[in-house]
Amino acid sequence: MAGPSRRELLTTFLGASAALVACRKPSARPVGELLAPDFARAHRLIKDDAPFPREGVREERTRVAVVGGGPAGLSAAWRLRRGGLDRSEDVRVLELEATAGGTSRSGESPVTRYPWGAHYVPVPAPEARALIALLDELGVVEGRAPDGSPTIAEGVLCRAPEERLYYRGLWYEGLYLHAGASREDLAQLRRFRDEIGKWARFRDASGRRAFVAPLSAAAATRDAPALAALDALSMGAWMDARGLTSPRLRWLVDYGCRDDYGLSLADASAWAGIFYFAARLGEGGRSAPLMTWPEGNGRLVRHLATVAGERLRTGWLVRSVVARGEREVVVEGWDAAGAPVRLIAERAIVATPRFVARHLVPALRELSLGPAAAADESLAFDYGAWVVANAHLRDRPGARGCPFAWDNVLYESPSLGYVVATHQSGRDHGSTVWTWYYALTDPGREAREKLLSATREQWADVALADLGRAHAELSGMVERVDVFRWGHAMSRPRVGQRAALARRAPATPMGPIHFAHTDLSGLALFEEAHDHGVRAAEEALAAVGLVTPSVR
Amino acid sequence: MTDASDPSHPSDVKDAAQTPEPTPPASEAPRRAVRTIWGPPPELPASQAAPPMRKATASLLLLTVLVIATCGLVYELLASTLASFVLGDAVTQYSTVIGVYLSAMGLGAWLSRYVTGERVARTFVDVEIAVALVGGVSAPLLFFAFAHLSWFRLALYLVVLVIGALVGMEIPLLLRILKERFEFRDLVSRVLTIDYLGALVGSLAFPIFFVPKLGLVRTSLVIGGVNALVALSTTWLLRDALRTVAGLRVRAAAVLVLLAAGTFAADRLTLLAEEGLYADEIVFAKQTPYQRIVITRGKGSFQLFLSGNLQFSSADEYRYHEALVWPAISARAEAGLPTRDVLVLGGGDGLAVRELLRVPEMRAVTLVDLDPAMTQLARSMPLLRNQNENAFDDPRVHVESADAYVWLSEDANAGKRYDVIVADFPDPNHYALGKLYTTRIYHWMREHLADGGVLVVQSTSPLFARKSFWCIARTIESAGLAVAPYHALVPSFGEWGFVLARKGGLEPPRTLAPSTKLRRALDDAAMRALFVLGPDMQATPVEVNRLDNQVLVHYYEEEWRKYL
Repeated sequence: MAGPSRRELLTTFLGASAALVACRKPSARPVGELLAPDFARAHRLIKDDAPFPREGVREERTRVAVVGGGPAGLSAAWRLRRGGLDRSEDVRVLELEATAGGTSRSGESPVTRYPWGAHYVPVPAPEARALIALLDELGVVEGRAPDGSPTIAEGVLCRAPEERLYYRGLWYEGLYLHAGASREDLAQLRRFRDEIGKWARFRDASGRRAFVAPLSAAAATRDAPALAALDALSMGAWMDARGLTSPRLRWLVDYGCRDDYGLSLADASAWAGIFYFAARLGEGGRSAPLMTWPEGNGRLVRHLATVAGERLRTGWLVRSVVARGEREVVVEGWDAAGAPVRLIAERAIVATPRFVARHLVPALRELSLGPAAAADESLAFDYGAWVVANAHLRDRPGARGCPFAWDNVLYESPSLGYVVATHQSGRDHGSTVWTWYYALTDPGREAREKLLSATREQWADVALADLGRAHAELSGMVERVDVFRWGHAMSRPRVGQRAALARRAPATPMGPIHFAHTDLSGLALFEEAHDHGVRAAEEALAAVGLVTPSVR
Repeated sequence: MTDASDPSHPSDVKDAAQTPEPTPPASEAPRRAVRTIWGPPPELPASQAAPPMRKATASLLLLTVLVIATCGLVYELLASTLASFVLGDAVTQYSTVIGVYLSAMGLGAWLSRYVTGERVARTFVDVEIAVALVGGVSAPLLFFAFAHLSWFRLALYLVVLVIGALVGMEIPLLLRILKERFEFRDLVSRVLTIDYLGALVGSLAFPIFFVPKLGLVRTSLVIGGVNALVALSTTWLLRDALRTVAGLRVRAAAVLVLLAAGTFAADRLTLLAEEGLYADEIVFAKQTPYQRIVITRGKGSFQLFLSGNLQFSSADEYRYHEALVWPAISARAEAGLPTRDVLVLGGGDGLAVRELLRVPEMRAVTLVDLDPAMTQLARSMPLLRNQNENAFDDPRVHVESADAYVWLSEDANAGKRYDVIVADFPDPNHYALGKLYTTRIYHWMREHLADGGVLVVQSTSPLFARKSFWCIARTIESAGLAVAPYHALVPSFGEWGFVLARKGGLEPPRTLAPSTKLRRALDDAAMRALFVLGPDMQATPVEVNRLDNQVLVHYYEEEWRKYL
């Protein structure tokens, strides 16, 4: 079977105009490798074709078993350790992959570290107490403002200019395309800002904000009908209703939705669209600065993995998590050497995405049966597919207009642009790594099929063709392009997702089994993952009789 | 001592004595050969003799005289102009270059007598090819020599000598080629008239067209190309006199291709488009991965530009560098502290280092500059070496090629402490430079100061960019250092600013610390006066420049826009 032609490939992922520009053969095909979650092992779990043996199973004991070594699982381990389970045999974190970190993982070259996924966290609101404690431990909190928000060390705050936008041959500072904006465009931008500002100032009867990370500190949707209404329509419809038709404004909002949710303006709920902008506005209406590191959020999970130490076991394929009464839970699976292990714990924290948790926890699977439950489940837990390509450059091309920035976005491209790994370390010359992001906004299964239909070489070609639109001389500078295909990259807050989530109440423990993952909030954010990890850990601590004041 | 009558060599002496006078046939043959060209030789059948020169050919050869005369004069003017650009003192340069050139022409005229017989036409073409090559590459070659050789003058006169000698051969050879066509009286009159006319054309075209439109490097390459075309055309005009023309044509074409390639590459040699940006002539230009280095030469001084921004003028840089270095050294001396170990950040021209090496007790100067090409140039180019007094040859000086921001952040350098840190970065007109003026880098600098250590920062103009100046001062302050802002008048920059800083308190120094050389701009009173800022340079409210806001770049752009 013949694969798609280069032009077909580029048309599919970048649009016809890009394909026309780049219709010539690529000048060179840089080397690189393909990274992906361990599909083979993961699918073995899902297809249920490897029955767990009855004999020859090693039995081990621990107090709390954490299944999943992403930000949520590692945060849980971090909290358990602080909460008194400080002996390393008390806690076990079981991670399927060879490296922990989930979608916050990172890579390293002789030049720099670089992200493979999530790459920033806005400076947390005062409500994110646990996250602030973690940052304090990292040594990046220098003080507190009167409202309780942390003062973050200068070296961690994203260096200016944060972002720039490429449009018709020139780079402009910022993400909103000011150049050539009409008075009407600017008036609409002001109106949009006012609307967002209004939501940022919203407080419920208990003084809680509507849009804040973690969402556990936010006003409950059911208590605020206006808030609930935002979940019932798309961001596009919400803008239509307000006469916000300016193409460059809609582009900005669409970009935000694609960037944080992997959804277009038409599919993301208005609640999610507003969250993207309003959650970052602190007191006084100023946008919270971003925290970033050369390896993105890899810095945070690296720290958490260090804290976890021996508790973290990678290469573990967990088969099932089953409660045995109210006081015991049995985790079965294969260790890194492939040996079957039965781990008996007082509590288990399932810190995997929901679609994995359903396969691990039989009780959860049963709970998702029936048409209404299944419909809610699929709306509440929808996942987008992403491609991340890391282009290793021996030198960097020049630019017309704004000379450089951390985040570099192409106005006329469906990609999300690229971040520069060396921006934060101040290395402004010579070799570097660019991390290119692309979210497939199609419906879940379709997006994953498209994702897997293109090879490493083809995705590298798409990435370079996209970058080449803004950087003609790039091709001679590329040393290698590594590609990560994320099948389930992040949860997608479609229209109605909040309501479906509320009906599912997925964070509720099931006996000795607790749940922690960012997708329990319906958003893919480090703040949410951390909060759920800490919450689940505190539930487990209380259950094993270690009552400590909450850090949340 | 060698005995002249050494019996082992008797025959040498004898043979030499018996060597006969040159035989007549040797001088006869060429004369015959000349006739074989211009008239039927007696010993050859008429059918094999070359036909007499056609009238058209003769006219075209006279036109050739006009062209080569123009070219010859242009080479002479090129060398003179280039020498006066790079060396200054135009009177001397014009006089000596013209003198050497004219006498070399005389030498060429004299040498032409050794070209005999049928070699005349071939030699003429060869001379044209040689003029095309040497004259064509003369300007780029001399610019290169100026930048990289300490014996530039020797190279200059050598090139002038070679071109002059070759050009000097042209007219005598052509006269001999044309002598059969015209009567002697007529020939001399015509050829010399056209020759002088060509000189007029060259001398007018050079200032009116060539220099303003093409610049020196392209003029040189283009005129060389014209000579190569003359060589090519004469292989056709003189084809009867030249037995074989293929070899000559190949050589002429090769030179033509070389010069054409050079003309297209000339942008990279001088970047002609940028010549208009500078008040004076560019004598050196180089694009490095980090910046564009340009050196210009005006009347009696030269200037260094990095990416279009003036770094110093040799006429008054002493005012800037004395003001940059001595208050910091003096502040230490007043506190009873010697200055032995200094870190210079930026300042790849070596001029701050030159001042520091005049501190009697100095032991080590570490210079961290981004661009190895800049420090290499300051180390090798005679013009810069002369200005920085060979600072980089001093064993106390150690150079690191690194971005100062990255260098300061590296763990490997974390333990190093300095008595004085001199931050001599280009102005913050760009985000990559803005980071060199942030609280973050000043925190690092503070950590790198020894006890009682002093930091001095070049801080742009407190007059033209008052907010930028005070933003730098406030930023240094917010990194936990006491500051003393000051200024100096540097005519080529205008009113210029610096910030002196130290942990704990800081009073402006009152007594100038001793130097091994005389200071030209400073004494005790003059140094004290640097710290007096008039009302129009006084503090103004500004934000602190942080990595995540880079307000300084915005202040700077906004303020300098009024002047640039």
